[in-house]
Amino acid sequence: MKRSLLWKIEEIVMKGLMIAATTLALGCLLLILAAVVWKGLPAMNMAMITQAPRGGYYTGAGGGILNAILGSLYLAMGATLVALLLGLPIALYLQVYANRSWLAGLVALSLDVLWGVPSIVYGAFGFGLMLFLGMRASLLGGIIALSLVELPIICRAVGEVLKMVPFELTESAYALGTTRLEVARKVIVRQALPGITSAVLLAFGRGIGDAASVLFTAGYTDHVPTSLLRPVASLPLAVFFQLATPFPAVQERAYASALALTAMVLVISVLSRLASNRLSKYVVK
Amino acid sequence: MIRHQAQIRVRDLNVRYGSLHVLQNLSVDIPANQITAIIGPSGCGKTTFLKSINRLIDLTDGARVSGEILVDGDSVLDPGADVTKIRQRIGLLAQRPYPLPMSIYDNVAFGPRIHGLCNGRSLDETVKHYLQVAGLWEEVRDRLNMPATQLSIGQQQRLCLARGLAVEPEVLLCDEPTSSLDPISAQHIEARLKEIKQRYTIVLVTHVLRQAERLADHVIFLYMGSLVESGPARDIFECPREQRTRAYVSGEIS
Repeated sequence: MKRSLLWKIEEIVMKGLMIAATTLALGCLLLILAAVVWKGLPAMNMAMITQAPRGGYYTGAGGGILNAILGSLYLAMGATLVALLLGLPIALYLQVYANRSWLAGLVALSLDVLWGVPSIVYGAFGFGLMLFLGMRASLLGGIIALSLVELPIICRAVGEVLKMVPFELTESAYALGTTRLEVARKVIVRQALPGITSAVLLAFGRGIGDAASVLFTAGYTDHVPTSLLRPVASLPLAVFFQLATPFPAVQERAYASALALTAMVLVISVLSRLASNRLSKYVVK
Repeated sequence: MIRHQAQIRVRDLNVRYGSLHVLQNLSVDIPANQITAIIGPSGCGKTTFLKSINRLIDLTDGARVSGEILVDGDSVLDPGADVTKIRQRIGLLAQRPYPLPMSIYDNVAFGPRIHGLCNGRSLDETVKHYLQVAGLWEEVRDRLNMPATQLSIGQQQRLCLARGLAVEPEVLLCDEPTSSLDPISAQHIEARLKEIKQRYTIVLVTHVLRQAERLADHVIFLYMGSLVESGPARDIFECPREQRTRAYVSGEIS
């Protein structure tokens, strides 16, 4: 057989495999979305997203999941903020100051391991810490545990983005007599801003969907959150509790809750993409 | 305008990257307020020499520098020297323009802002002044808030010149500043360098012999990391003392 024919076959087979893999990934997503919409939409109504559960909600009485929607938003926003405030300096330190040192390697390795730790472990760790400090399950506790889940994601994702900043750009900034801190703040962060936005979004999406880390630390309540020191509800746990009831009408509401969660992630993704596009106006390509 | 009398004296400069001995026992003087061209085949250490002068070489892993570089009598390589101060006094125009990720105005204002320089002028006037010196003002006066990356590459290089001069250096290092530009933009940069040489000590690395002939008052010829010959441009181009210089200038080696 001619070699060119072999190459052609190889090309077709590989391309086919790639298309199959992409279809599989896309198909899974679409199936999940379809199931959530299909089962959740009938139970979705204004009351679901504007009211907290009333008495007997879990046996089919009225009310909604506003408690969990707000709880999840507060938890994920708080945790993402904390993780960003800690993670951005870590990533900048590793990239700008401790570049390629053994310490940087060690920290990067630890972050990779932390990324792989199941979030229930963070929940248990956070719970242990709270017992030690005499705290009770609360929004604050949930934010702390969830920020531990998000920290490695933010650090690693931001770190990868910072690596993409061209060396010549930082060099030309240093050539103006700039200190490392000024280069980090005024040049590297600005250049990497769109990427940092994506990293934050990634962490937020992971955080808002996480059930295990907030199970012990944030607790659960039917009340709309009002204080950092009181327990809060979250959407993943709301889905779990409603799905675990024997009533089909309540199980349907679980899908409606999942629909609300998915819609929130979608809206936030779109918003941050828009923000990212605006921020990339000045970026040097 | 103050007339700077900066003069660079280099004594026994050695630079090694690991086991690679890039610059060997380089001793040379660079006169003030002239254009000094550093010529030589690629890989002879021109850029390394340039980056030693403003200590950008510190950013390169594994580079070891020894010897002495004096700018106006101040030691540059002294480990205790304030490297940001050195780089403020010694500007750089790089091979490819890299504008900062901000507007045209903010690019030029960057240096004056971080160093707190304005000499009593307002920031707007300072930015205008240096854009004029770089010959870019007329082209950008109506769009100062536009991202710098939207300029053409030739305009970007002039913006980088304005940005570098706004820091008020005494010395300007130019690392093949026209090699990534089209011929017209290259002419533009050359014309600006000629205009400003009375006020700055300019060190120009170039691999284009014709450019060195057009611009240089003084020439340093490096070959394989060592100094072969240095002197007034006319001497080097018209009656070089060394055989290797003659061969390079006439295009026999490159």
